[in-house]
Amino acid sequence: MRVEIEDLAVEAAGTRLLTDIQLRVGSGQFVGLVGPNGSGKSTLLRCVYRALRPAAGRVLLDGTDAHRLDPRESARRLAALPQESGGEFDFTVAEVVAMGRLPHQRATARTTEADREACATALARVGATHLAGRGFRTLSGGEKQRVLIARALAQRPKVLVLDEPTNHLDIAHQLEVLSLVRESGLTVLAALHDLNLASAHCDVLHVIAGGRVAASGPPAAVLTPGLLAEVFGVRAHRVPHPETGVPQLLFDRLPREGAQA
Amino acid sequence: MTALPAPARRLPLTPLVVALAAALLGSLLCGVGLGSSGLGWGRVLRYLHAGLTGGEIRADEVSAYTIVWELRLPRALLAAVVGAGLAAVGVAVQALVRNALADPFTLGVSGGAAVGASAVLLFGVLGSLGLWALSGAAFASALAAMVLVYAVARTPQGLSPLRLVLTGTALSYGFSAVTTLMIFSADRGDAARSAMMWLLGSLGGANWRSLPLAAGAVLAGLGFLLFSARSLNALAMGDETAIALGAGPDRLRRRLFLVTALVTGAVVAVSGAIGFVGLMIPHLARMLVGAEHRRVLAVAPLLGAVLLVWVDIVSRLLLAPVELPVGVVTAVLGVPCFVVLLRRRGHVLGGA
Repeated sequence: MRVEIEDLAVEAAGTRLLTDIQLRVGSGQFVGLVGPNGSGKSTLLRCVYRALRPAAGRVLLDGTDAHRLDPRESARRLAALPQESGGEFDFTVAEVVAMGRLPHQRATARTTEADREACATALARVGATHLAGRGFRTLSGGEKQRVLIARALAQRPKVLVLDEPTNHLDIAHQLEVLSLVRESGLTVLAALHDLNLASAHCDVLHVIAGGRVAASGPPAAVLTPGLLAEVFGVRAHRVPHPETGVPQLLFDRLPREGAQA
Repeated sequence: MTALPAPARRLPLTPLVVALAAALLGSLLCGVGLGSSGLGWGRVLRYLHAGLTGGEIRADEVSAYTIVWELRLPRALLAAVVGAGLAAVGVAVQALVRNALADPFTLGVSGGAAVGASAVLLFGVLGSLGLWALSGAAFASALAAMVLVYAVARTPQGLSPLRLVLTGTALSYGFSAVTTLMIFSADRGDAARSAMMWLLGSLGGANWRSLPLAAGAVLAGLGFLLFSARSLNALAMGDETAIALGAGPDRLRRRLFLVTALVTGAVVAVSGAIGFVGLMIPHLARMLVGAEHRRVLAVAPLLGAVLLVWVDIVSRLLLAPVELPVGVVTAVLGVPCFVVLLRRRGHVLGGA
């Protein structure tokens, strides 16, 4: 399923947070959003999973306006991992994953065999079957993120939206989470902090700055020293990854104006 | 991150519910059978049978029959209804404001009810309504408090959990000040005493007429909560998660607020402000069956009902013929039990 964002604008309390966003995620593509803090990545994603209503523009899922869909119908097509700690309630891992079935269940219906099967498959996919009986709150950060991905998979969506899925994870878990997402085969739209991870995992990157799309394209074309200096305010050196050849970035502080001359 | 202890082992649901239902029946029987008037079990059961089947009672037994059928039975049933209602509402409010310290009274509804009830008890307001004055005034002022809390807490973005808790708590202080002021300015000591009694909870006013409305409200409320149980799970995880799962947190929270306020109002109107049950029973239920709301909502009302039936028995018997306020007994009985359970099951604090 493809996602198209057309002329999107968001306002909050009279301030424009996003302006004129155009963005396309092809079916099965892994598209990353990168940008400095406060640039509007999360805002954009929140529009896509309908936590925010845009002031203008549309979010289309295979041509259908996501904001016109019934909430449950939209949740069957698109799953999201918001940045949320998960509250203080002591759910087990199995219960958290089972919540992914919510958009498929009628309120009065019992849990069906299909529900159980979807949850078991999802847990197995992220290698967390052994955690099923554990309390979600007792898990490590990496385990939690895997379980939340399992919840999203149990939703059986076509599109996966992730807001900083690698936050607070060590490097092994960051790589693990991104490859799990990549292997899901779903259409993915993710905000990512680490530019090198984004460069290695995404098919297409959109750089968001000041609520606008500053650049779009394959990582190698987008992550240029010039753009990184302009958008992130850093000096970047590009070196090819010795094995994969994917461009990797090394950073320095930008010299202060006039200091070099 | 250091590993916290895994959640305590959870009890299988069906046997637990069956056991609790049996315990509730047994408790109700005890509620009818135990009392200070020294009726034997044989007579109590015979009167119960007579009442249920419309059998005949000898003329010299009418007063004893009245005690069983007109006083004790509706009172025990009302205790069960009130306990179940407070427990279910406690579960819902804790999910609604996503706070384990919330209880049915957090939203300010019972504080409002107390204002109305005190006005009736102290100044004879609404005297023309007769027997209905007390519960009528309590319910009406509970609804007024609900509207006030809603109006203050509401923002264009919807009802935020923190705003609801803050508004409810702040207005509760206001209501409580008004009630206290009324009690202090009352010139009759016995009226002040009965107002205090009401504030601490009492089932002394139970009769067959007060039962159907409260029972109806509690059953309807419980039905709605069970219907929303899966969405409550999503809501407990966070608003963004609830949205992502298609659960529509804003609409759900508005409905929950309305339902919990109505049930609380209906319950408080017939029993006064009985504390502790709505706060602790949900936690107790989660210790037994985990946090999943369908399971919690199957267990918590039964636990609340059993607890309150026994609390009422103790409150009648302990210093008979003087009745203790139910709220006092709830705390005296409930706190030690709760502390023991909390210690024994290695419960994750804040986790339920």
